[in-house]
Amino acid sequence: MMNADTIKLEVFRYHPDGDGQPSFDTYDVPFSPDWVILDALNYVKDHIDGTLTFRWSCRMGVCGSCGMMVDGTPVLTCAAFCRKYAPGPVRIEPLANFPVIRDLVIDMDDFVEKLGRVKPWIIPEHEKPLSEGEYLQSPEQLADFKQYSMCINCLLCYSACPVYGIEPGFIGPAALALGQRYNLDSRDAGVDVRRDVLAADDGIWECTLVGECSEVCPKGVDPAGAIQRLKVSSTNHWWKSVLMPWAGKEK
Amino acid sequence: MPARLKYTAHRPRRYVKGMPIFWWVRKWNYSRFILRELSSVAVAAYAVVLILLVRAVAAGPAEYHEFMEVFQSPGSIGLNIVALAFVLFHAVTWFNLAPKAMVIRVGKTVVPPLVIAGMNYAAWFSVSAVIAWILMGP
Repeated sequence: MMNADTIKLEVFRYHPDGDGQPSFDTYDVPFSPDWVILDALNYVKDHIDGTLTFRWSCRMGVCGSCGMMVDGTPVLTCAAFCRKYAPGPVRIEPLANFPVIRDLVIDMDDFVEKLGRVKPWIIPEHEKPLSEGEYLQSPEQLADFKQYSMCINCLLCYSACPVYGIEPGFIGPAALALGQRYNLDSRDAGVDVRRDVLAADDGIWECTLVGECSEVCPKGVDPAGAIQRLKVSSTNHWWKSVLMPWAGKEK
Repeated sequence: MPARLKYTAHRPRRYVKGMPIFWWVRKWNYSRFILRELSSVAVAAYAVVLILLVRAVAAGPAEYHEFMEVFQSPGSIGLNIVALAFVLFHAVTWFNLAPKAMVIRVGKTVVPPLVIAGMNYAAWFSVSAVIAWILMGP
């Protein structure tokens, strides 16, 4: 690491056994051009302060566990290069809008509970026995929902969403987008089962289309688009039920 | 399954930071959102003015001219320019967002977002041209 550039990190610290108030610790970290913020944090943990606590796993934008606020913007720290922020100071904080357990680790129980509510799995019209083979799908049918299935539950979208910050009851971008992902799946027949959750007051109608969820998504999922499409289909369903109450259930 | 444990010692207090009142000045995208929401006030104001105008027309020439005079004051013109800017901002942001809500498939291909937004703009300009044509006389 000789002659390497250094970056100044201002890292959010919170200890639940302390006085209840967070503080910021500053670290000067030598880095090489291929280092990301996560590498710098690991350097701090290994060489400067072993008590610094944060989540990470894959280091390649797949596991979704290293999301943090870097200079006020939610990013995956494994994809945020130090050279972009050097020499700093760069502020590293836990994801906004979530309770902090310790340092950079947030409590995601709220999201996990909401994710279960939208039933993010295939609900087939009829369960068929294995002997009948796979549920076939054409490339076009796959393309209908594929982008939404790229979600890695990293929660950057929740951090970017002021609606979730102000109304914590809001089901939120990722969970709604995943509901839409299964609604759009040709093998799924769960639209009616999910409607009560997705089209509730704390579901799609809480969204005011700030659109920042889609801006920060590291996987190009576009939750804002998913929610607007859900609003259209939910409205269509309501009008159909009013104008044509005799009509069968729509897919 | 035991009921969910509510620790006090090992599931200690969380740090919760509320949203600051001025969260929307932090970032241009947030400010733009608030401006877009605020522009609805200008849209509503135009609707009210239109209703009042219809009432003035129905009440006769004297009422109509009095109504028009009010709108010729410098203050009123200034207010109108601001309101027009807001309404244009409202319309443009709305049309730009239309492709997010509308995904149209023709055969096996999905209509590109630009085409959907373009069709919205085309409809807007056509209706505006027809109205201009009616107002200015053939």
